[in-house]
Amino acid sequence: MNATLIVLALLDGLTQAALLFLVALGLTLIFGVMRILNVAHGSLYAFGGYAAATAGKLIGDGQSIPLSLLALVLGALVVGLLLGAIIEIGLVRRILHLDPVMQLLATFAVFMILEDLQRLIWGTSPIAVTHAVDAMGNLKIGAVTYTAYQLLLLPAVAIAVFFSLRWSLGNTRFGRQIMAVTHHREVAQAMGINAKKVSLLTFCAGALLGTLGGALASPTTSLVPGIGGDMMVLSFAVVAVAGLGQITGTAVAALMIGMGKAFAVYLLPELDVLVPYLIMLVVLLWRPQGLFAVAEARRV
Amino acid sequence: MVLRALPWLIAALTLALGLLFAWLKTPLIIALSYGLSALGVSMLIRAGQVSFGHAGFTCLAGYAVVAVSRAWPQTDALLLLLLGVSVGGLAGAITGLFVVRYRGIFFGMLNLALSMVLFAVLGKFYNLTGGTDGLRMERPPIFGQLLERAGFETSLLAVSSLLVVATCWVVARFYASPVGQALTAIKSNEVRLEYLGISAKRVFFTGYVASAALCGFSGGMFALIQGLVTPEMGYWVRSGEYVFIAVLGGTLHPVGAFLGALVFEFLKLFAAAALTGIWQLVIGVVLLALIFVAPAGLVAWLARIRPTREPAPAASVQEKA
Repeated sequence: MNATLIVLALLDGLTQAALLFLVALGLTLIFGVMRILNVAHGSLYAFGGYAAATAGKLIGDGQSIPLSLLALVLGALVVGLLLGAIIEIGLVRRILHLDPVMQLLATFAVFMILEDLQRLIWGTSPIAVTHAVDAMGNLKIGAVTYTAYQLLLLPAVAIAVFFSLRWSLGNTRFGRQIMAVTHHREVAQAMGINAKKVSLLTFCAGALLGTLGGALASPTTSLVPGIGGDMMVLSFAVVAVAGLGQITGTAVAALMIGMGKAFAVYLLPELDVLVPYLIMLVVLLWRPQGLFAVAEARRV
Repeated sequence: MVLRALPWLIAALTLALGLLFAWLKTPLIIALSYGLSALGVSMLIRAGQVSFGHAGFTCLAGYAVVAVSRAWPQTDALLLLLLGVSVGGLAGAITGLFVVRYRGIFFGMLNLALSMVLFAVLGKFYNLTGGTDGLRMERPPIFGQLLERAGFETSLLAVSSLLVVATCWVVARFYASPVGQALTAIKSNEVRLEYLGISAKRVFFTGYVASAALCGFSGGMFALIQGLVTPEMGYWVRSGEYVFIAVLGGTLHPVGAFLGALVFEFLKLFAAAALTGIWQLVIGVVLLALIFVAPAGLVAWLARIRPTREPAPAASVQEKA
């Protein structure tokens, strides 16, 4: 493996990690506040991607950077807030009191419904709208040519989201309310926090992160049925490696899995699908609660 | 005693349907095979754990059966079924060694990861496994006789129906045994179980191996009727279908899984004709409705139908949980 390939793998890993981080962050945020693992999160990713592609077809032209980026953001925003609100109000708040098994099944049911809806709306043939990537052009690092979109924009968004989320959770009124509900829902309610509102907004924010991940990924790949499921499993792996509800951990785990996957593509192409699972297995065998989580006492 | 008669009823119904309509034989055997896997999954749901990866065991056993049958074409179908059970149980014992330490989401995800590893390996090693095209096998002898397709299917259907009745009986005995009772205690209160001096890990390990063996049984049956195994058998969508069947049927009694599987298979036959393209959507909607309307499944609903006013202790305990 020569230097060029190493650089290439590093860059691939970085862009993959950035996307993975965004999606997994949404998943872990929702879990932190509502204690529900949203299996439909992968579908949100797919919907975000398709919506952004549709918006890109309408207003993007492959020339103007602001317009094509606006299309991505618009697509993610509309779908993320809409689906997030519908799923939270229609389902998630009604299953909070159920068994964890039933909760998992309920969001799994939503996942199956969304998978078919996506096929009904956008069909099964691949869709590729690459306006944003075209508009931003290429960059050269040594002998490697890489798209500016993947090299600059994706990591920048991921880093911006990471710091602004950490800052707002610790320093804003609403962020602190979220933290309070995460720590103890009932006590937070007793203190006068509207936990229902906090849950709704957090769920929408988490959903938005999922759709944003999909929207940002859409110009770099072609959208086909099944990407939602693949992403769901991958972001689960990230969240499990990090430990549920851990923000910094999610960033580290996303980097690990993104890099692992990228290097596997060049070194052991047969195993590239396996690498995320192997990392997850090894980490969970060594630390059953994930790398960053504190072990919880089981209920008595 | 609707529940005790139900396995016989189901066996009689599948046999009658299969003999009346020859084209139904394959779907019926597949439904029974799905039911066996779902029974494996539902055994763990009784312990409060849901696995999104049990199709991996089904798939592994299916491949083992096909591989052996290709190497020794004379191997009897019944022996191959037994092989499927053993392979499933063995695989369950190996993975169970570490998987049983985990609960909840982590348990589900680890199982999913293991099954996805298997899925990827089967798809990649083309020379050994035939890649995504899968492996074919010739029709094996059954009871030492090589039969035509129709005869083979009929005898396999008869054997499968009887084995399903036997499985229901064995599993119901297992549920009633101390280990089976301890298994449900993992759901209600694991710490108290440990206080009783019972190792929750060992109990869960027993349940896990049993559930994997059931999946192996199912995989063997599936391979025999289909004559073909593909990596799709182990994909997580299939695992999700097993979970769906387990919930649809209910975990109160083993027969629930088969009830659920038959309903599922007929829903699928109907959907293939009338609802192409929205099959998953239909399953999703039904699943959501079940969660809110009948979380204990079909079997709990049937358990309530009784000719006279007998007490039903087992039913009421389960429904509260």
